[in-house]
Formats: sequence, structure tokens, C-alpha cells
Amino acid sequence: MNSTLAILAILDGISYAALVFLVSVGLSLIFGVLRVVNVAHGSLYAFGAYLAATFSLAIAPISPWLTYPALLAASIVIGIVCGGFIERFLLRPLSGQEDVLQLLITFAAFMIMDNLQRLIWGVQPIFAAEPLRLLPNVAVFGVSYTSYQVILLPGVALATLFGLRYFLRRTLSGAVILAVTEDREASTAIGIDAKRVYFVTFVIGASLAALGGALASPTTSLVPGMGADMIVLSFAVAATAGLGQIEGTALTALMIGLTRAFVIYLQPEFEVLVPYLLMVLVLLVRPFGLFGAVQVRKI
Amino acid sequence: MSGRIKPVTTVAIIFFLVSAVAPLLVSSWATLFALILAKGIVVLGIILLLQAGQVSFGHAMFFATGAYTAAFWGKYVGGGDIVLFIALGGITSAVFGLIVGLFVVRYREIFFGMLNLAFSMVLWSLLEKMFHYTNGADGIRVPRPALLGLSFTPEIFQYVILYVSLLIAVVAFYGVQRYLDSPLGHMLRAIKANETRLEYLGTSARRVLLIGYVISAFLGGIGGTLVAIVQQIATPEFGFWTKSGEFVFIAILGGSTHAFGAFAGAAMFECVRFYAAAHLADTWQLILGVVLIVIILYAPNGLIGLRQRYGQAKQGGH
Repeated sequence: MNSTLAILAILDGISYAALVFLVSVGLSLIFGVLRVVNVAHGSLYAFGAYLAATFSLAIAPISPWLTYPALLAASIVIGIVCGGFIERFLLRPLSGQEDVLQLLITFAAFMIMDNLQRLIWGVQPIFAAEPLRLLPNVAVFGVSYTSYQVILLPGVALATLFGLRYFLRRTLSGAVILAVTEDREASTAIGIDAKRVYFVTFVIGASLAALGGALASPTTSLVPGMGADMIVLSFAVAATAGLGQIEGTALTALMIGLTRAFVIYLQPEFEVLVPYLLMVLVLLVRPFGLFGAVQVRKI
Repeated sequence: MSGRIKPVTTVAIIFFLVSAVAPLLVSSWATLFALILAKGIVVLGIILLLQAGQVSFGHAMFFATGAYTAAFWGKYVGGGDIVLFIALGGITSAVFGLIVGLFVVRYREIFFGMLNLAFSMVLWSLLEKMFHYTNGADGIRVPRPALLGLSFTPEIFQYVILYVSLLIAVVAFYGVQRYLDSPLGHMLRAIKANETRLEYLGTSARRVLLIGYVISAFLGGIGGTLVAIVQQIATPEFGFWTKSGEFVFIAILGGSTHAFGAFAGAAMFECVRFYAAAHLADTWQLILGVVLIVIILYAPNGLIGLRQRYGQAKQGGH
């Protein structure tokens, strides 16, 4: 492997890791607060991508630069409409019941959204590369790469990472969310509306998944099944990092992104294997993930 | 206790009789019922683990192991007897289940589910990517096996596989129900109720769960072998996570409190899919999703639970 290929692999890995981080951190946040593994998370990613492509194809003829706010708008719409619906009408009625039912109802949401996606956008691949084409290429150590992928995507991911950290640790709303996570009963007793906290957290997590999809849409063709692929990948990243670990998710996404990129250049057939193999190995050694806090076992 | 279980047993007997007779009247039902019975056998394994409160979100790996065992045997050794296929599929899956089980029984709840998912995705990507051996996403054709040395035409064979599935389903159903009523089965339930007390009694919860896990892998392998023979193909899709979700879905749909829930759920699932797919082409998943949501929100104990609730309401009325 020569140095050009190595640099290409690193850049590929970074841009991919940025997208995976956005989706995984949303999944992790939802699990951390609501204790629900949201199986429909991948569908939110796919819906975000499709709606963003629809918006950006519609607005590009008017003004190409408006495609960037269109991507953002699409992810917020999906987060509020789909995410809000799932939390309010599917998860909330089940609070206090067995966990498996909550897991399964998000699986039902996944099945429905997967079909709706085919009905709304069809099965033909969709391309909407306008936002990618607008930004110039940059040279990194002599290798030319799109600045959308090496500057914008990692930039958004870093902004999200520090934004979430700031929000959770420095703001009152963040403190309220942490309080509900820590002890729902006590926080309800001091007047916190736990239901609202769950709703808001779910919408934020869903919007992050949709944002991942929206930002991915200019770089790839949108096809059915992209949601199902993303959900297990974000599971793998979130679980490897330790569920609910924000910084850990960022590092794990980077690790998996880079490993995967190098594997693609060296041994392409094992590309899909990488994240799951890493997940198995990590969970076997560290059951609560790389950065997860070791919980006291019942026995 | 027996008064509550008996009506379910009666329904189970009626169901098995119907699946033996109905396909004689409508020949397209032979394959439908064979699939229902085969998937019911897999779901029996899921129900076993649900007794212990554990959800495997990767059980399709054993389903795929059974299917690919038949496929590899057919491809590399050639031909074979249906009895051999099923025995091989079941044993290979049980051995694989023992190996994976040694790791996963140390975990509970979401981590149990996640680790199973991870193992199954490793298997899935191997099946998908080891193109040289597995034909990748195209899968491997499974040759039509003989039964005890006799070979059949496709028309006759669909009944052969139906009655083989029926025989195994009845045995598996009876066996699992006996297992759940045995001390070992009660210990499995104790893991869900109170694992600490189980350990105080001097029992290893891990060993109890491991036994249940190996049995459920064995059932998964047999079901996978049967489905591969019915559909005459094994593809990586057999081991994909959505397949695992489907099995858990069927278990909840039928109700996990009784072994018959596996078959009640599988019957409902396959029928909805059979007819929805025929009439609505691409939207059958949507219909199933809505059915699942309605069941979870309004009858969280599944079809069996509905039956029991109805029975209790009637008893209360008297």
C-alpha cells in the first residue's frame, strides 16, 4: 500500500466516521435516556436522506446554495414528525411494560417505514449531489478530495459532539435530562415533566439520525435497504463504545471508519465484517463497551 | 393450572389436524403449511429463551446454519436423504449454539440481544462475502432430497416435506412443553423472575440458560433446514438481522406463555404474508407492521393471551 492510498483511506475513513457518529450518537442518546434500543433508527436515517434529496433537487434550480439549509430542514422535519410520532404514540403507551415490547414496537415502525419509503420514493436509485459539487476540492498531502467530505462532514460531527457535551453538562435543560436519566421518580417529585424530557430527547436523537442521512445523501445514491444496513452499523458502534457514551461513540466511530476504509483498500470482501467483528471482540472482553461504565451485576 | 392450559392444547391438536388435512383439499396450502410449521419450530426456540426473559436478536444465525448445512451437503457431497439433512442441520446448529452460547449466556437483556446480533451479523457477512464457497447473495440451491431412499416428483414432494415438518413440529411442540414443565424449565423461568434466588439454591443460572440456548439453536437449525428444503435454496438473507426480528415478532404475536404460541404466531404471520404479498405486492411489510403494533398495544400477551383472557372473563362471569 503506497502513501497516496493510505491518505485516501484515512480521508475516506474520516468522512465515513463523521456520518456514522451522527447516527450512532442519536441511538446512544435515546438509549441512555429512554432505555430503548430504537430499531427504527436506520429508517429515520434513510428518511432523512430521501427527504433531503427531494428538497435539494427541488430547490437547486432556484438557488444551489439553498441546498445546504434544505438538508438541515429535512432532518429537523423527519426528527420532529417521525421521531415525535414514534415516541408519542408507540413508545409512551408502553412505558413501564416489558423492554422487549418497546424494542419490538420500534421494529414494527421499521417495517412500516421501510415499505413507506418504497411507496413514496420508489426503488430506483436517487442522486442529489448538488451540495457535494458546489464546494471545491482540496488537496491533502497531495491527494485531491472533496471539501464537503473532509471539512464539512467532520466539522458538523465535531460541532455535534461539542454541542451535545455543552448542552448536557452546561445548560439547565441538559441537567434536567441527566436528572431524569439518573432517577426518574426523584426528578418527577421535584416537578420535572419526565414525559416531555423523553419526547424531546427522542426527537433530538431522531433528528441526528436524519441529519446523518441528509448529509450522506449527496455522497451516495439512495437505494432501498440503506436504512437496514445503517441500523446494525450504528448498533455496533454504539454498543462497542458503551451505550450512552457520547465521546466514546465519536472515538469508536473514528476507529471503525478508519479500519473499514483500510480494509476496503486491502481486502475489500471483508468490508462488512469489520464493525461486527470489532463489536464481538470488544463485548467479549468488555461487556459494557470500550468506554461504558461497569455496572454492578445482579449476582 | 391445568384448567387454563387444556383449551390451548385442544386448539393445538385441532391446528395440527388442520395442517395435516387442509393441504389435501387445496394443494397450494401444502407449501404454506410446511413453512408455517418449520418457522413455528424455530420460534419454539425463541419462546424458550423468552421464558428466561432473554431476547436473542440474532437467532437467524442458527436458522441460516441449518439451511447452509443442507446446502453445503448437497453442493459438495451431493444428494442425500431428508432424514440426514435434518439431523445434520440440527446437530451443526446445536454445536454452533454451544460455542456461541458459552459466550452469550454471561450477558443479560440488551447485551444478550446485542451480542447475539453481532455474532449473527458476522455469520451473515461471511455468507455474503465468501463468494467462492457460498455464491454470495445469490445463495446455494438445495437439491430435492429423497426420503428413506425413495425419490419423489415435485407434486408429491410438497406433501412429503409437509408431513415430515408436521411430525417434527408435533414432537418439538410436545418436547418443549414437557421441558418447560420440568424442573429445568422452571429454573429457566426463575432466571427471569429472580436470578439471585436461583443461584442461592446452588444452581448455575448460566448453565441453565446454556442448556436452553443449545436447545433453541438446535430447533433453529432444524427449522432452517426444513425451510431451505421447501424453498430449495439457502441465501445469506436467512441469517440477516431482519429475519431474527421476524422470529421474535412471531413469538410475541403468538404469545410466549405457551409453546403453542409459536405455531399460532407463525400461522398468522405466514397467512398475512401469503395473502398480503399476493394482493398488495410491496406493502405486506406495512400491513404486518400495523398488525404488530395493534397486537403490542392492545394484546401484549399475544394470541394465546387473548384466548386466556377470554377464558378468564368467561369463568369470572359464571
